[in-house]
Parts: sequence; structure tokens; C-alpha cells
Amino acid sequence: MPAYYLEALTVTLGIFLLMAEAFCSCKSKAWVGVTAAIGLTVIFGLLFISIGPDTMPQADWAKWPLWNFYQFDGLAKFYKGFALICTILVLLMAVDFRKILSRFTELPDSESGTGEFYALPVFACAGMMWLASAKDLAGAFVSLELVTVTFYILVAYMRRNVGSLEAGVKYLILGALSTGFLVYGIAWVYGTTETMSLEKLAHLEHITNPTGLLFGIALVIVGLGFKMGAVPMQVWIPDVYQGAPTPVTAFLSVGSKAAGFILTIRFLEPFLHSDITRGPVLTILLILASATLLFGNLAAIPQTNFKRLLAYSSIAHAGFLLLALAAGKDAPADLSSAKVVSFYLATYLLMTIGVFFILAQVRIQRDGETIRDFNGLGKTNPQLALALTVLLAALAGVPLTAGFWGKFFVFSLAVDAKLWIGIGIAFISAAAGFYYYFNVIRAMWWFSPSKDDVIVLPTISKICISVLTVAVLVIGFWPQPIWALLH
Amino acid sequence: MLALLVFLPIAAFIAILLGAPARLTAISASAMNLVLGLYAAFTWQCGCWSFSLPVLEKPALHLAFGFPDGVSVIMVLLSVIVTLAAVLSGKAPEGREKLYYGSSLLISGGALGAFAATDLFFFYAFHELALVPTFLMIGMLGRGDRRQAAWKITIYLGLGSIILLAGLVWLSNLTGTFNIQTMISNKALVPAESQNGIAALLIVGFGTLVSLFPFHSWAAPAYASAPAPVAMLHAGVLKKFGLYGILRLAIPLVPEGLHFWLTPLLVLLLGNVLWVGFVTISQKRLDTMLGNSSVMHMGYIFLAIAALIAFPGNTLALPAAVVLMFAHGISIALLFGLADRIERNTGSLDFTDLGGLAKAAPGLAFIFGIAAMASIGLPGLANFSGEVLVFLSSFKSYNGTAGLGPVQITCILSIWGVVISAVYMLRAYRNVFQGPSVKSTETAADLTCVERIPALLLVLALFAVGLCPNLLLSLLKQVL
Repeated sequence: MPAYYLEALTVTLGIFLLMAEAFCSCKSKAWVGVTAAIGLTVIFGLLFISIGPDTMPQADWAKWPLWNFYQFDGLAKFYKGFALICTILVLLMAVDFRKILSRFTELPDSESGTGEFYALPVFACAGMMWLASAKDLAGAFVSLELVTVTFYILVAYMRRNVGSLEAGVKYLILGALSTGFLVYGIAWVYGTTETMSLEKLAHLEHITNPTGLLFGIALVIVGLGFKMGAVPMQVWIPDVYQGAPTPVTAFLSVGSKAAGFILTIRFLEPFLHSDITRGPVLTILLILASATLLFGNLAAIPQTNFKRLLAYSSIAHAGFLLLALAAGKDAPADLSSAKVVSFYLATYLLMTIGVFFILAQVRIQRDGETIRDFNGLGKTNPQLALALTVLLAALAGVPLTAGFWGKFFVFSLAVDAKLWIGIGIAFISAAAGFYYYFNVIRAMWWFSPSKDDVIVLPTISKICISVLTVAVLVIGFWPQPIWALLH
Repeated sequence: MLALLVFLPIAAFIAILLGAPARLTAISASAMNLVLGLYAAFTWQCGCWSFSLPVLEKPALHLAFGFPDGVSVIMVLLSVIVTLAAVLSGKAPEGREKLYYGSSLLISGGALGAFAATDLFFFYAFHELALVPTFLMIGMLGRGDRRQAAWKITIYLGLGSIILLAGLVWLSNLTGTFNIQTMISNKALVPAESQNGIAALLIVGFGTLVSLFPFHSWAAPAYASAPAPVAMLHAGVLKKFGLYGILRLAIPLVPEGLHFWLTPLLVLLLGNVLWVGFVTISQKRLDTMLGNSSVMHMGYIFLAIAALIAFPGNTLALPAAVVLMFAHGISIALLFGLADRIERNTGSLDFTDLGGLAKAAPGLAFIFGIAAMASIGLPGLANFSGEVLVFLSSFKSYNGTAGLGPVQITCILSIWGVVISAVYMLRAYRNVFQGPSVKSTETAADLTCVERIPALLLVLALFAVGLCPNLLLSLLKQVL
């Protein structure tokens, strides 16, 4: 099956869901989310039988000009799968989150206004999948905007909630600003190189004065920093994460970040192969990585709101990922920067989505998102608290959890590339991370609960949390499966 | 085979989590582990104990266990003995049995994994696995100012582990492998200019874990507040991980770097012996006194390590360090276990609230007396063998014409530590067991037969090694 069918099917699924939801008179909209998740699971299965033009060069479709904009290599396959799994989990989380959603949408306690909430992530997913295959800056930009515009709606979805509205406005304004940077940067790159195709960008021998090109590259990196959650475009993150509905926060924190990183990897690849741009680009990345690590980790320390804490932690993880990119290692058989980033993101997906599942349930049943609302969880729900302990320890990078490996590979790359300043800052950051994640663990186990009410997990959340926690532990012992996917 | 030893406690932990009767499972798993451990001590030289399972292709990584030499055999023995004593002597608070016994098993499994691992990653990772339940248990089931004590140990040991990790990553990056044995054979790849940096990271990292002065202040409050099995397992077993790490990794891989830091290390270990020794004398409670005393005794083991650093051909220093590690582990576990009994019997560990307990509980008093004497270093008990070897080892290459070297001077100064420990231990014994009975000690119950089992197990180990140190030394022959 030609690979582009995947995006086409995803968009079709989204449109079908929108129509079906509009014409169905059912009271509960949970079925929209469940159908979307099932549909995406089928598409995920189809991913494994998709092929690119290299596999079947004689076929008609392989000769289409589409392949000038669209590629299907190992990395594309990995990130398409990543986007699909992330969206499926977010949709499942949203299904269990509908109680809060319905409270702040059309009519309180009626789900009539919540149907689109389950259809929109499917479109964002299609955008992320397309991004993974980007081969041309114009195509990449269009798919990136599909993701961003969908998020504008999703972030502000709870329109009777001031926090959500504020988050929506902030996201819109800063998103538009970053888009401006991106387009302006692409224009400079096009102006100096006369091409938008990433393949042709690899041939820069004819450029004598790279200043204009470097200016363009810097602007594009800043624009993409908005998606990655990197300094200097990180200011929106805490407020938007805090205000957005929890499933959307999870989606922003994992899906949107991964989309930013795959596009950055794709965009930088040609420039890292050229001697005139390699040095300055790596310097920019190292500066951004150091600043992001410091800002994310140090600002996370005093947080009292758990969702806000996760926002800063998401910035902090972006710092580690950028450090891996700054190492600029490209060795297809060995650890390369792109592979380490992908591995890190995969483990990050497991841990972060797991934490957000638990946060969503605590938000619903204890009606709060501060760290204090987790007090005494070890007493009321020991198993849930154990799962959250494992997930947070993984985020902190404790060995025998998946999170350790990501950090470890980043450090190995950085040591190989001799980025001593970056390594020093990353170690300080890891120590700070250890502190603020254990702060939450401490609240769960050492303090007594304010109310003795047990949190009852809905079936979907229960299954997802257990699967994700076990996966985090298994990958911690045995990281080979994710590597196998990357080969 | 060794994997069985490591995963038995972890499997028992999972079983408890799934609903198996907590105390029974914990005791039977630790008893089985003791039998396995003893068996391993007799047959460790046969190849049958090593175990290896590849987990990652690139960089090559194996979940591998094995006995590279007698040191790890002795550490494994120490772990299994103390684990059984800890789960036997502890008494879980009502309704928290799962947590109490489960965590103890997890700590034990982590310690065993760290001592048996032959791969750098799992060596480090299993230690961390044991630390997390330690923190949680102190914070949840501790006494007194438990949250503050637990937060302090979390931050100190967390930071220590990260500093240590930096050193280990650096080492493995230079030697290009995770296999400890291969690392040691590749030690020529560690360049002279990196040695000092790595050695500093390892001393601070491992040192924090072992409560080397001045990174020791987490220890006393944490042990004082920890539930009995956690204090026994951490002070007795897990803390030895840092010393084991220095012996296993730092000494073979960065000898020049360690030599560079020898003088600061000597000053710091004197801080352990003398400074913390005086702090110990001034304690007003039995539990904080024991906690401080355990910090103080680490100084002697560091002295043996310093002797090994100063004269690499020193054949006495390694056995000295290892025997004392074993002896200290057993004696401090016994003391913490008995202190917990005293508190359960009398409701207090404050010296001013206690007195004359020997009248009501002669059995307890007798065993505590043996443990206190062992801790002071009375001949015939294990600690004596260790301490004597330590002092002898520091004079091993003493050269009469050149005069006293820094190691010998440190040794002479730290012998005063023996006097200090006699002062605080005997004072504690007098305050708790002798003198007129007070209200709380009049009605206190003595140890029952069943309760004596864990204490006797440890006393037996103390006497065995004290009277016949060759039991351990013969295990180290290959290293010698």
C-alpha cells in the first residue's frame, strides 16, 4: 500500500467522524472518541504494510510528483507510528475526561458540545504524520499549520472556563508570532539557496557568503522552538499547559513536541552535512539546549501546581533533546542524534501520557491539580500511587526505568561530541529534576490525605495506566525493542 | 544461578503486592536466600554462578551477574544474613505489612543485585532500585521528624548518585564498555589527565553514599527515624555499596587520581573518626547515637582504602577493608534491631527515660552487650579482626628510616577512635540497662525465644568471624 494512503485515510476518518457526530442524536459522545481510537488503531496496523516508491519503482503511483514533497523512510515510519499511538492515547484519555469537558462547554452536564473534541485530534494527527514525511519546506509548513490550527481550537475548547480561554488566546498570539518567524526564515533560506526542497538544500557549494542563509536557519529554528518548547519560544508553555483541557495538554506535550523535533531533524539534516553551516548551526543548538535545560529545570523547582510543573518539565526534556541534536552525530549504524532523539521521545511518550492519565483522574475526582491534591494518594490508592511513582521516577531518570536510557544516550552523545558546558548544565538539570519529581512522590507517600475518598479509575484509564507503567519498567530493563523499531 | 539470588526477593515483593501473606513470604524468601547465599559462598569458584543475558546491542549491555572475586561473595553473604535478620526482627505497624515487608525485600534485592552485577549499568541501577523504597519507607513509616529526615536522605543520596553517575559515565566512555572486567583490562585507556577528575567524582559520589565526612549529615537522622528493617538493611548492607564501588572500580581504574586526592581523603576520614566520634558522644538518644556511630566507623574502612591507595602492593589493606565492612554490617544491624526492640518495650529511646532495663530483660541486655562490645572492637568478635587488620595495613610498608608517612599519622590519630567508641557505647549501655529501674523499664518484656532467633543469627556471625577470620580471608585468597 502506498504510504500516502495513511494520511488520506486519517483525514477521511476525521471528516467522517465530524459528519457522523453532527447527524447523530445520541446523548453521550464517548462513542466518537472510541471510534476515532479504533480507526486510528487500524491505520496504525496499515502502517506496517505501507511502502514507499523505493520498494516498487515500476508502479504508476511511484512516479507521481507527490514524491517530491513526501518521503517514506525509517524515520518517517517511526514518527507516523508515534503520532498515531500518541493520538490514540490522548483520545482514550479524552473519553474519560468528558465529565469536565461537558461542564465547561455548551450546556453544563450535557455532552452536546463535546463531539468535535474527539474528531479534531485526528486532524492534528494527520498533520503530524505528514510532517514526519516532509521533504519540502512548503509542504512541511502547511502540515505544521494543520497541527497548529487544530490546537488553537483544542486549547480553548472549554469555553466556559476562563483558564482555558486565556490559554487559547496566549497560544494563538504566540503561535502566530512563531509562524511569522518560521515563514520569514523559510523566505530567507529560499532567497539565498533558490530552493525549498530539503534534498537540494544539501548542495550548498555555490554559496559564497552564508550570512543570509544562517540568518534564515536561525529564524526557522526559533520558529520551530515554539513547537519543541525551547527557549526563547517557551513562554507560552506554563500558562497554556495549565489552562488547556488535560488531554490537550498531554497532546501538546508529547505529540506537538515530537512534531517539532522531527521537522527540526529533517530541516537541519542538509545543513549539518555542509561545512559552511555545520559549525554555526551546532553552536545555535548548544546555546538553545543549555538555556532550555537551565530554564526548564530551575523554574520547575518552586512550582506547586502539578500541571504547571509538568509544563516546565516538558521544557526541561526539550533541553535534553536539543542537547542530543547539538551533538550533531550522524552515524547510521551507530547511535546518531536523530535516533537518540527518537528513542528519547518514545520513552517520553510512555511516561508523560501515563502521568497525564493519572492527573486527569485526580483532576476529575479530587477537583484539583496542585501537588497538594496528590497528598496521601499512597494511602487511599496504593497501586495508583505506585504507578505514578514509577512514572515520575522515570521522568527523573532513575535507572531501571525507560527514562534513564534516554538521558543516558543523550549524555553519551554529548560526551562523544565533547560538549562539556552542555554536559555540566545537563547534570545540574538532572539533579534539579530529581528534586522536583520526588517532591510529588513525597506528597503522595509521606503526607496524609485531606479527604479519605478513594479514586475510582474508569476501565480505559486503568488499562492504559497499567500498560504504560509496565512498559516503562520493561523498557528500563530491556531497551532493545525501541531500538529495533528505529533500525 | 546468581540471578535467582537477586530476583528471589524481587519476585517475593511482587507476590506480596499481588496478595501473598506478607510476613510469611518475606521470611521464607529471605531464608531461602540465606541458604542459597551460604551455598554460593562454598562453591563460588565454579563457573555455575555466572549469568548473562544480553539486553542491548549497541552499546553492548548484558544483565550479567557473577563473582569476580571473594569481595562480592562476602558482600552477598552479608546481604542475605542481614536481610533474614531484618525481616524476622521487624514488626510492621497494623495494616501496613505489605509495604513494610515488600520494601525490605526490594532493598535486599537491590543490594544483592548491586553486589553481584558484573556490568556497570546494573551495578549502579540496582543500588538505585534499593534507594527508592528506602526513602519512601523512612518518609511513611518513620518515627519522630520522619519527613524532614527522609527528605534530607533523598536529596543527599540523590545528589550523590548523580555525581557518581557522572564519574561512571565518564569512565565507561573512556574504556568503551560496560563490562567491569573489560573496563579494568582496558584501564590503559583512562588518560592521566582525566584521572584526577574521575577520582574526585567517584570519591564524592561514593563518599556521599557511605556518609564520608562532610557528606554524612543525612545518616544519623535518617537511621534514627527509619523503621528497624530499613535502618538495618541500609546501615548494614546498602551503605557498603559505596565502599564496594571504590574497591571494585576506583582503585583498579583510577589509582593515580586517587593518589592525588590521598591527603584530602585522609583529612576527611579523620573527620569521620574524630569529629563524628565526639558528636556521637554528645548524643542524648540511643537511635541517633547508633546512627552517628555507624558514620564514625566508616572512617576506619576509608583508612584501609587509603592504605591501599598509598601503597598499591599492600596485601593487607583489601582484606582489612572487607572484613571490617562485613563486621560492621552485622554489628550495626544487630544494634539497630535491638534498639527497635527496646523502643517497642519501653516506648522511648531517650537516655533520660531509660535505665535498669537489664533487670526486666536480661536476655536483651546480654545480647545488646555483645553487640556493643563488638562495635567497640573487643577481641573475639568480628570487628576486632577488621580493625586490627586496618591498623596493621596502614603500617604495612612503614619504613623506619623515612619516618611516619601521612597514612601512619592518620592511623595513630584514628586509634583514638577506639577510645571514643568505648566511651559512648559503654555510656549508652549504662544509661539503658544499668542503674535503678524507671517506670517504663520495670514492666518491659524480655526477648522471647522466637525473637532471639534473628539476634542470635547475627551474634553467631560476629563470633564466627571474630574467632576465625580465616572464614572470610580464605575467600579473599585469590585476591591476595
